[in-house]
Amino acid sequence: MSSNKKYWKSVEELNENSSIVETLQQNEFVKEIPTDEFLGDKTSLENSSTSRRDFLKYVGFSTAAASLAACEGPVKKSIPYVVQPDRIVPGVANYYATTIADGYDFASVLIKTREGRPIKIEKNNLAKTNSDANARVHASVLSLYDSTRLQGPKKGNEDISWDALDKEVSAKLNNLGGKELVLLTQTYASPSTAKLISEFKAKHQNVRHVVYDAISNDEALDAYQLMYGKRALADYDFSKVDTIVSIAADFLGDWQGGGYDGGYAQGRIPKNGKMSRHVQFEANMSLTGANADKRVQATPSQQKQVLAALYKYVTGSGGSKGGLDSGLDAQVVKAAKQIQKAGSNAVVVSGIQDVDAQLLVLEINKAIHSKAFNEKTPRTIRQGNAKGVAQLIKSMNAGRVGALLVAGVNPVYSLPNTEEFKTGLQKVDVSVAFSMHNDATAELCNYIATTPHYLESWGDVELKEGSYSLMQPTIRPLFDTRQFQETLLKWNGNTATYHEYIKDAWTGILGGTSWNQALHDGVLEKPALAKQELVDAIAMPEGDVVEEASVKSTSPDVASAARRLSTAKSAEFELTLYTKTALGDGQQANNPWLQELPDPISRASWDNYLTVSKADADALGLTNENVANGALNGSYAKITVGKSELIVPVLIQPGQAKGSVGLALGYGKIKGVKEDMKVGVNAYPLYQNFNDVQSVSIAAVGGVHEFACVQLHNTLMGRGDIVKETTLEVFNTKDKHYWNAIPEVSKNHIEFEVTSPEVDLWDEFDPSIGHHFNLSIDLNACTGCGACVIACHAENNVPVVGKSEVRRSRDMHWLRIDRYYSSEESFDGDNQKKDDIAGLGSSLSEFGEMENPSDNPQVVFQPVMCQHCDHAPCETVCPVAATSHGRQGQNHMAYNRCVGTRYCANNCPYKVRRFNWFLYNNNDEFDYYMNNDLGRMVLNPDVTVRSRGVMEKCSFCIQSTQAIILKAKREGRMVEAGEFNDSCACSAACSSGAMRFGDVNEEGSKIAELVKDDRAYHLLEHVGVKPNVVYQTKVRNTTEA
Amino acid sequence: MKQVKHRNSASKILILGTVFLFTFFNPVYAQDAPAVDAAVATEASSGGDVAKGEELFKSLCAACHKRYKKMTGPALFGVADKYEKEWIYSWVKNSAAMIASGDAQAIAVYEEYNKTAMNAFPQLSNADIDNIVAYAMVPKADPPTPPPGTGSEVSESNGSGISVNVMLAILALVFLMLVVVLFLVNKTLRNFAEANNVVLPQSEGKTPIWKAFIENQFLVLVTVVLLMLASGYYVYGYFMQVGVDQGYQPVQPIHYSHKIHAGDNEIECKYCHSSARVSKTSGIPSLNVCMNCHKSISEVAEATATAEHSKEFYDGEIQKLYKAVGWDADSQSYTGKTEPVKWIRIHNLPDFAYFNHSQHVTVAGVECQKCHGPVEEMEVMYQFAPLTMGWCVNCHRETNVKVADNKYYEKIHKELSKKYGVDQLTAAQMGGLECGKCHY
Repeated sequence: MSSNKKYWKSVEELNENSSIVETLQQNEFVKEIPTDEFLGDKTSLENSSTSRRDFLKYVGFSTAAASLAACEGPVKKSIPYVVQPDRIVPGVANYYATTIADGYDFASVLIKTREGRPIKIEKNNLAKTNSDANARVHASVLSLYDSTRLQGPKKGNEDISWDALDKEVSAKLNNLGGKELVLLTQTYASPSTAKLISEFKAKHQNVRHVVYDAISNDEALDAYQLMYGKRALADYDFSKVDTIVSIAADFLGDWQGGGYDGGYAQGRIPKNGKMSRHVQFEANMSLTGANADKRVQATPSQQKQVLAALYKYVTGSGGSKGGLDSGLDAQVVKAAKQIQKAGSNAVVVSGIQDVDAQLLVLEINKAIHSKAFNEKTPRTIRQGNAKGVAQLIKSMNAGRVGALLVAGVNPVYSLPNTEEFKTGLQKVDVSVAFSMHNDATAELCNYIATTPHYLESWGDVELKEGSYSLMQPTIRPLFDTRQFQETLLKWNGNTATYHEYIKDAWTGILGGTSWNQALHDGVLEKPALAKQELVDAIAMPEGDVVEEASVKSTSPDVASAARRLSTAKSAEFELTLYTKTALGDGQQANNPWLQELPDPISRASWDNYLTVSKADADALGLTNENVANGALNGSYAKITVGKSELIVPVLIQPGQAKGSVGLALGYGKIKGVKEDMKVGVNAYPLYQNFNDVQSVSIAAVGGVHEFACVQLHNTLMGRGDIVKETTLEVFNTKDKHYWNAIPEVSKNHIEFEVTSPEVDLWDEFDPSIGHHFNLSIDLNACTGCGACVIACHAENNVPVVGKSEVRRSRDMHWLRIDRYYSSEESFDGDNQKKDDIAGLGSSLSEFGEMENPSDNPQVVFQPVMCQHCDHAPCETVCPVAATSHGRQGQNHMAYNRCVGTRYCANNCPYKVRRFNWFLYNNNDEFDYYMNNDLGRMVLNPDVTVRSRGVMEKCSFCIQSTQAIILKAKREGRMVEAGEFNDSCACSAACSSGAMRFGDVNEEGSKIAELVKDDRAYHLLEHVGVKPNVVYQTKVRNTTEA
Repeated sequence: MKQVKHRNSASKILILGTVFLFTFFNPVYAQDAPAVDAAVATEASSGGDVAKGEELFKSLCAACHKRYKKMTGPALFGVADKYEKEWIYSWVKNSAAMIASGDAQAIAVYEEYNKTAMNAFPQLSNADIDNIVAYAMVPKADPPTPPPGTGSEVSESNGSGISVNVMLAILALVFLMLVVVLFLVNKTLRNFAEANNVVLPQSEGKTPIWKAFIENQFLVLVTVVLLMLASGYYVYGYFMQVGVDQGYQPVQPIHYSHKIHAGDNEIECKYCHSSARVSKTSGIPSLNVCMNCHKSISEVAEATATAEHSKEFYDGEIQKLYKAVGWDADSQSYTGKTEPVKWIRIHNLPDFAYFNHSQHVTVAGVECQKCHGPVEEMEVMYQFAPLTMGWCVNCHRETNVKVADNKYYEKIHKELSKKYGVDQLTAAQMGGLECGKCHY
């Protein structure tokens, strides 16, 4: 039935004579549609020789041609060796032990090569010293294939031959007219290089060697020299103590050369009811602070007072608590009590850049006879001399320097007073940069003696006294390069190669070991040194010592040092400059893996930023907000240190001490890096007098900064089933069901544990036959260092997607390390608060509150990758069966079968599946490394490079487990015990032992034990998907003394 | 009239064609080619026994000497003219002693051949050496030159008389001629009829067959369905062969004959493709592997030449190898100038499929021929198997796991065979059908 109702659109229609209604009836659009404007210039359209018909013809032809061409396979060429080296079997990997020593990172590593190409870096398990390769070390293999590397020596902008360069430079070096010849180098810590430089000094006149570390450790070096008469760094072994008090020492990061996480983590795993207790006083939220049992906020000036007070309480002599406020004082008293109770089982470390502070720390450790502290084997991997550098710049400006050879450092980028250096450089007669890139320093030098990557070089390193490590080339030099030492040999008139030179120099070091054995192992431990001429030369500190009164004094005055510290004054804002896990001092700024590695604390990638506490941000009017697509935006702030000004984005950092701010060094590189890598701001201009603490003034400025943050919800919201946590006390006294309860469901009014087959919707999966792989992740041992993320990148050809894609949450990491903050003082408090919520009103307001992290939150790290569920929800929803389960417990992903519906990602409770939104390889839109032949050399040939439109995810490194099984089959034997343990790239890279992989069906294996451990639980157990990744409950040692 | 013209030309072509055809009707047989006996020369000047000498030469000398060509050592033809008999005896028995004693001739030879010492053969009697010298002194026989005029035809007729093709062609021609004649007769009769005013009966009112067909909707439907089914079948068939290169036989930069190496000389596959035992790839042998043998084999034997490829052709291919590896046959040394060979890859698995040779060759003991076909009969290598996933999976389903003498399988085979209730597990039951075993 039709109705007679009349509808109108506007009141105007009621007016019968309205012209508007009339017009609208005639013409739908009141204004004429501007087609001409829309189509552009009419005359040019008409003049075009390509008509619409032509266009359609072209489209038709090209489509037809393309589809015809696609039916024909391409002709592939296969070019074998002319003479195949007998060690290389195509398709079989070779391993070589070598050492990275770039002046900032020092580690003994193992290089995996395929067909002569290094493709991955692993830990050298034979090494006892510095075997803990961090994320940067793992990523350094990609820097070898950096397409921005210089390909040969240069004179200005012109290419030059090595012969010509040698001739020209040698002539100039021999004719300096009494001016100084200065070698400005990184810390090599190399016995052979030291010997070589001393020979260079003998050969040339008026030579000075200045060692420069971009991130200075001068104060610690000086303090050690005052105390022990040797310019080196104290060596600690955290596995030997159970009480650790750290005052602003980020020893899980890069503090004094880093590499301490392995020893630290050993004590963190509760054994026989005991674990270590770690108290941290700090301003910035560091990796170390995040792992501490007790983290106390203290601004840099307060830190000094804390140390002075601690010294007073522990040794009972000298010092005073000075102006320390009572809250902090109480914490120091507690810490001191704990140290006294532990006695020699305690250690105190500090990152305060102050000779007095470093002296006090040494004194405290000496007083308590700390077992962790070994004064016999100091670390030699930092030898920089800030005073020497300052003096050099003065001499340069005074025109006293005739020649400057810059090796391994980039002072124009990393010096705070770079302008002075630049003007000084102009007054130098001849300058040579030994560099891999045309970086800020190299481009200002007369010559660039292009150097090879460390994987193409020979070398040796003395990591700490008596611990030697060898560096050997793992690939022929890709370009026409020559390493610094090789050049020095040439200029010394020595015809030997550096390889022969090291071999010769090592005759004194080798002792009973053969050279080949040492080279094979890559390391050589030598407890007692034979006193020989050579060894003396080695023991000599690198670089020339600058005569200064304070360094000269022989008996350190500790008491007055304590007094000076206790009266430290605070400024309005104290800035602490720090280094990030990803970029460190910024040497590898052109490494896309590292740029995309999210910061473990802030979870922001591709950036550095000013970390500000919530209270200060509110006071200054600085904000962070999540915009509509979830991404994080932040305001800008102008910070001023002396005359230097910087505009930096602001990130509000929970846990940042009020009155303090932090900013990472190593970013903002512009010269010698790709366009996409020019991210962040260069904070080195603020690093005045090489002091990491500066007083600053901060003002909000306009503008919005777009962060690429991979985690947007920061708190755990009391979801104790994601991260299970308990205290050591509860862990020791209560039953496992109390602190690690398995969730229960009701069936026929009977409660069943969710793991019971009684309540399972699925048919039981039988894991008992053959291998069954499990991965255990110990939340107590995981420090969040990110080495596993990079190792996974390298092993599995995970693409880099770039900042704007990460901001769209399209990061491709197969393995992420979630970081959660508590919104109350502790996660326990969160759980309590959640449980107490009753009613709608309360839940709305209190859940709202819980979204905000506390001012000093507890932090937890949780690595998450595909959980390889035996009852995988992703498998059931795939319409094309592209993902399926193997008998060995691995959840398979057949890329060629995937059609990209993304149902699996939607149905995955852990959100670990990654979708290829674009073709990331061979695509110049993603100018990282997969788009050039050089960069592609790093790809693992055993793993498919994925194409656009397919899903991907962690495979439990099935290529490695299969390879191990095949090896056993070929040799006709069972897989040996523990053979699988290092087959997952992440667990192999984990230096803290947090990740353990293995076959649960292997009798007596560690993983079988861990799966049944009391602490073991599965992520989101109540979902009932039976994951093959098992987490170990985090235990915090909250016992106060 | 036009037709007349045409008729004439057609018959001309026919006659010409027949004549042309019959010119090839002269059968020639390959067996008729005059047999050339290369080794007829019997007794040589020195008086030794050539046959015995040949035997000794091949067993003792051939590794370093040839008769007419320099190798590691000098060419031996003419040796009796150059040196005294006694000198030869003592040289063969102990050359080092002669050099040490300062014999000028001995030192000269030694110097000329890069100071390569010759093995001493004290076991040879003077008579033996005579025999060898006799063999060495047999002058080089002229290469068999086929009588002019027959060579080209030999290959054409292929020795099988009149080929079937020729017969068929003749038949086709005869039929064609019949059709043409019929047509012409018809045309002429019609012309006659027209000329004589005979009205030919016209078939009137009869709907043409195509019209009738269109009007019959059922027939149209059936035809359309059939056509669609047929085209569907062919389209499917076409798409299924896209990317399947079974039979792919590219021309390689060096004509390498697997037939000669693996077939005639029975060289084990894995002698050259050694990485197949331990690696995922079987590896194309590097050129130094070729030179293991080809250092002393610079030309093929007469018997190797086939009708298709002459000895010169094969020798030329060996020269290509020498050029690539940088081997100077005259000075018997490497020049250092190499040109890596760009072989054309025949077996191309897609990037997303992982295949490991060692799993199949070493662990499962699968014969190479199972996937690569009768390689020992292939003059030019081609892709034998389709290399499709269906083909892989099928084999995994049918093949039992080779568990004998492999401790790895002991436990798992026992447990799994119990579970599946079989004596022998197939590769599929072992997990060989799981996606992740080949795709990662």
